[in-house]
Amino acid sequence: MLIKLLLLVAIAAVFVLGLRAPSGARHLALRRVTVVVAALVATLSVVFPDAWNAIAEFVGVGRGTDLLLYGLIVAFLLYMVTTYRRFRDMEQQITLLARRIAVDEAVPRPAVPPVPAEEDVTGDDQR
Amino acid sequence: MAHQALHDDTCVVVPLYNEATVVGDVVRDLRTSFPVVVAVDDGSTDGSAAVARAAGAVVVEHPINLGQGAALQTGIETALRLGAEYVVTFDSDGQHQRVDAEAMVARLRSGEADVVFGSRFLDARTRPGLVKRAVLRAAIVYSNATTGVHLTDTHNGLRALNRRAASTLRIRQNRMAHASEIIEQVGRARLRWVEHPVHILYTDYSRSKGQSVFNAVNILTEMIYR
Ligand SMILES: Nc1nc2c(ncn2[C@@H]2O[C@H](COP(=O)(O)OP(=O)(O)OP(=O)(O)O)[C@@H](O)[C@H]2O)c(=O)[nH]1
Ligand SMILES: [Mg+2]
Repeated sequence: MLIKLLLLVAIAAVFVLGLRAPSGARHLALRRVTVVVAALVATLSVVFPDAWNAIAEFVGVGRGTDLLLYGLIVAFLLYMVTTYRRFRDMEQQITLLARRIAVDEAVPRPAVPPVPAEEDVTGDDQR
Repeated sequence: MAHQALHDDTCVVVPLYNEATVVGDVVRDLRTSFPVVVAVDDGSTDGSAAVARAAGAVVVEHPINLGQGAALQTGIETALRLGAEYVVTFDSDGQHQRVDAEAMVARLRSGEADVVFGSRFLDARTRPGLVKRAVLRAAIVYSNATTGVHLTDTHNGLRALNRRAASTLRIRQNRMAHASEIIEQVGRARLRWVEHPVHILYTDYSRSKGQSVFNAVNILTEMIYR
């Protein structure tokens, strides 16, 4: 049955995505495209409710409703895994921030001697 | 040289989380041979930071609890900023022995290695409980298989590093999965390492506070989904 193959592949993809999800701009773009596509599919489903039954029959599932449920579960898994990753990234940033505060407070860096005015033309050369 | 007997070029990094009843003695004892002790307090709620400070430690305070791995990285960066030539990581719960740390730093000084890992399984002095032993064994097998560095004890908090080794570490595992991460980075940076037999005390206090074996599950997850 086609549906078994599809679902197994989807679950494996979710697991792997958790290991190495795209980050940064690509990730953000992907999320936004997903939202647009989901809205589109939702609209079409409202207008053509029978389409789900036809697709379900094609992939070997009893009813369109069941297919929707399976899709929802996979989507939820994906959401869980990407959210976990986003939290890990955020935690990493908080860690760096907290560490910087803690170390600076305990061992202040030696004060940098003020730069003579005429040499300060490079402006934002803070670090 | 007098200053070598008193290791004033060495910084002992002590991760600290709610150990107010024991950390004072640990720091005072350490400071009889290591004048510079950096205690990284991780948002303790029992006044551990004040106790460590009163005992003479340089206390670095995380504003929030981040975990032992994060504390070690913070401590190592502090040690480097203080100009330490050697860095020792040493638990604050009284399980480690100062004399072991001294012997490990001596091996670094001799130029034998860049990193000395403490191991409780090189002799029969340390007696962990049965379950603890089983979990540690499993961790050793897993770590040796994934890091490519073969150690007899992979989750030992007592380590000594020279400045070069300490500067290469970037611990990103905040909680307990950092032990394998350190080993992996030492292997990847091609640092020279040796193991040194150490004695870990399992007292009623340490048993009541130490890592639950359930934490093994968390560590495994964090290593896979990093
Ligand atoms: N900074 C910081 N230190 C911690 C944290 N959790 C534990 N520690 C410290 O890390 C050291 C070791 O912690 P333990 O929980 O005893 O772990 P362990 O020694 O590996 O495990 P046992 O063999 O069961 O004792 C102690 O000095 C603790 O105070 C934490 O969240 N933050
Ligand atoms: Mg302990």
